[in-house]
Amino acid sequence: MNPRLYARDLTLAYEERVISKDLDVAIPDRSFTVIVGANACGKSTLLRALSRMLKPAHGTTYLDGKAITSLPSKEVARRLGLLPQTPIAPDGITVADLVARGRYPHQRLLRQWSRDDERIVAEAMAATGVAELADRFVDELSGGQRQRVWIAMALAQQTKILLLDEPITFLDIAYQVDVLDLCADLHEEQGYTLAAVLHDLNLACRYASHLIAMREGRIVAQGPPAEIVTADLVHDVFGLRCDIVVDPQTGTPMVVPLHRRHRRPASGPALTKPLTRTGGS
Amino acid sequence: MSSALESGFRGRVVRLGGDRLSVRWQPRTLVVCGVLLALTVVVGVLSLSTGDYPVPLSGVVDSLLGRGTSAESFIVVSLRLPRLTAGLLIGAALGMSGSVFQSLSRNPLGSPDIIGFTSGAAAGAVVEITVHHGGQNQVAAAALAGGLITALVVYLLSLKGGRVAGYRLVLVGIGVSAVLTSVTSYLLTRASLYDAQSAAVWLVGSLNGLGWNVVTPLAIALLVLTPVVVAAGRTLGWIEMGDDAAKSLGVPVERTRLLLVVVGTALAAAATAAAGPIAFVALAAPQLCRRLTRSSGALVVPSAFMGALLLCSSDFAAQRVIPSTELPVGIATGVIGGAYLCWLLSHVWRTGRS
Repeated sequence: MNPRLYARDLTLAYEERVISKDLDVAIPDRSFTVIVGANACGKSTLLRALSRMLKPAHGTTYLDGKAITSLPSKEVARRLGLLPQTPIAPDGITVADLVARGRYPHQRLLRQWSRDDERIVAEAMAATGVAELADRFVDELSGGQRQRVWIAMALAQQTKILLLDEPITFLDIAYQVDVLDLCADLHEEQGYTLAAVLHDLNLACRYASHLIAMREGRIVAQGPPAEIVTADLVHDVFGLRCDIVVDPQTGTPMVVPLHRRHRRPASGPALTKPLTRTGGS
Repeated sequence: MSSALESGFRGRVVRLGGDRLSVRWQPRTLVVCGVLLALTVVVGVLSLSTGDYPVPLSGVVDSLLGRGTSAESFIVVSLRLPRLTAGLLIGAALGMSGSVFQSLSRNPLGSPDIIGFTSGAAAGAVVEITVHHGGQNQVAAAALAGGLITALVVYLLSLKGGRVAGYRLVLVGIGVSAVLTSVTSYLLTRASLYDAQSAAVWLVGSLNGLGWNVVTPLAIALLVLTPVVVAAGRTLGWIEMGDDAAKSLGVPVERTRLLLVVVGTALAAAATAAAGPIAFVALAAPQLCRRLTRSSGALVVPSAFMGALLLCSSDFAAQRVIPSTELPVGIATGVIGGAYLCWLLSHVWRTGRS
C-alpha cells in the first residue's frame, strides 16, 4: 500500500534547468525521514515538490491517494505542513501571534479565533517550550528560540505530516540537537510523519528512521541509516573518503573523514565532484 | 460577549453561537481609528466654516442639513464640501494603497510609486498638457492611462517564472520611473511657459476647484475597491512571512498578490486622476498607523483613516497659511511628509526597530 505522501515520475526544473528526472519517492508513514546529499543535489527541490511549492514539469505528488494539485490549497494545508528554509517574521509580531498564524487553514473570514484555535496554539507553544516567551517579540529571540517558534507555528497547523527544509542550518550545535530532539519527540511520542533536509550526516544518522541519499537529482540509496550508510555510499554521494564507526551514544553509523594524507591517493584527482555548483541545494 | 485573550495573544475576541462565529479585534487599533475620525471631523468642520467668507458653526450644520440660508448653503455645500469630500476620499485611497504596497514590498518606503504608477501618470498628464493642450478631463484620462500602462509594464517586467518577487518589483519600478521622469522633464523643457506652468501645478497635486463632478466617480470607485482591499488585505500578514510559508498554510499567494496589486494601483489611479500625484500620504499613513496601533500586518483600515486626516489637514493648512494664495495641497503634504521621513530615518532606524 502506498504511504500518505509519495510522488511518481517527477521531473523537477527551475525554468530550463532540470534538477531531477524520473524521480520516484515515498515518505513512509510515521517515519522520521531525512534527505541528505551534496549541495545543489536537489534535496530542497524535492521537498518543495512534495509540498506543492514547486509544480513539477512532469509527474505527480500524491497526498492520501489523490494528486496534491487536485486538492484545495487549504485542504492540503490541513494535512501537510512545510517549514521553509528562511521564513520571515513580520515586523513587531509577538511569539503567540506568530504561532497563531499557523491556524490559517482552519479559519474563515468570520471564524477568526475560535476556542479551539486558542487551545491548540497554547498546546503548540507548550510542546515546543516557548510558552513563557508568548508575549515577547519574535525579532528579540535567539536563533534557536526562533526556530522553536516556527516549529510551534507548524504544529498549530495540526498536520500529521510535517516537512522541514534545513531546520538546523543556521543554529549552533546545542540548538541543532535541541531542535532535532524536539522533532524526535514529535515523531516517537505523537506519531508525526517528518521529512527533513539536513546537512549534517552524523546527526541525520542519529535521528532518522529512514534516510534518503541523493546525488545529482537521483536517489542513490534509501532505508534505515544503519543498513545503508557505508564508506562507499558516502564517497558516492559526497565524493568524500571516510571511515564509518559506531556512534558510542546511539549505536548509529558515524562518518569520520579520512585524514587528508590518506585521502589524496585514494581519490586520485583532488575533486571527484563537478566544480560548478549553483545556489542552495 | 467580548472577552480578553490570554497573555501573549493581543486583542479581544467576540464569539457567537458557540464557536461558529468569532471575530478578533484589537482595542488599541479601534481607539486609534476613533481618535483619527474625531480629529478628521474637527478639521472638516473647520475647513467648512473658515475661509474668505466665514460661516458660523450653526450655519455649517444648517447648510449640511439643507435648511441654511442660500448664500451659506452655496458656500458650504457647493464650494467647500466637495473639496473636503474629495480630500477625504483621496487621502483614504492613498492610505490604503500605501499600506498594500508597503506590505507587498516589505519595505517601509514602499508606495504606489514603486510600481511606477505615479511617474507614469505624470508622464501621461504632461504629454496631454504640453502636446495636446487638453482640458481637466482629458488630463485626468491621460494620467490614468499613463499610470495604468506603466504599472502593467512594471508588473510584466518583474514576472519571472509566473511569479513576482517583492524586491524585483521595487527595482524594476525604480528603473522605469527614472526613464519616465526623464521624458517628463524633456517635455517640460520643450513646452511653452503657460503649458509648463499648468503642468507644474498638476505635478504638485492640488484640490483646487474640485467639484461634485469629480467627487461622485471617486466615491463610486472607493465603494467598489474598499471592500476588496479590506478583505484581501487580511491575508497580507501571511504573505509577509514569505511565499513558501504563506503557501504552505494554504494562502493563495499569487492570486492574492495580483489582486492586491491591481486594487492598490486602482486606488492610486482614482486619487491621482482626481487631484494629481499628491506626495507622501501613501508613504506616511501606514507607517504612522504602525506606530500608533503597535500591531503587525497591513493595517489597511487605520491607514485609510490616517490618509484622510493627513490630506484634509494638509489642505486646510495649505489654504489658510497664506490666505490669498491657495497653495496646492501637494506642497503641504510634501513638507509634512518630508519632515516625517527625516524623523523616521534619524529616530526610528537609529533605535534599531523598524
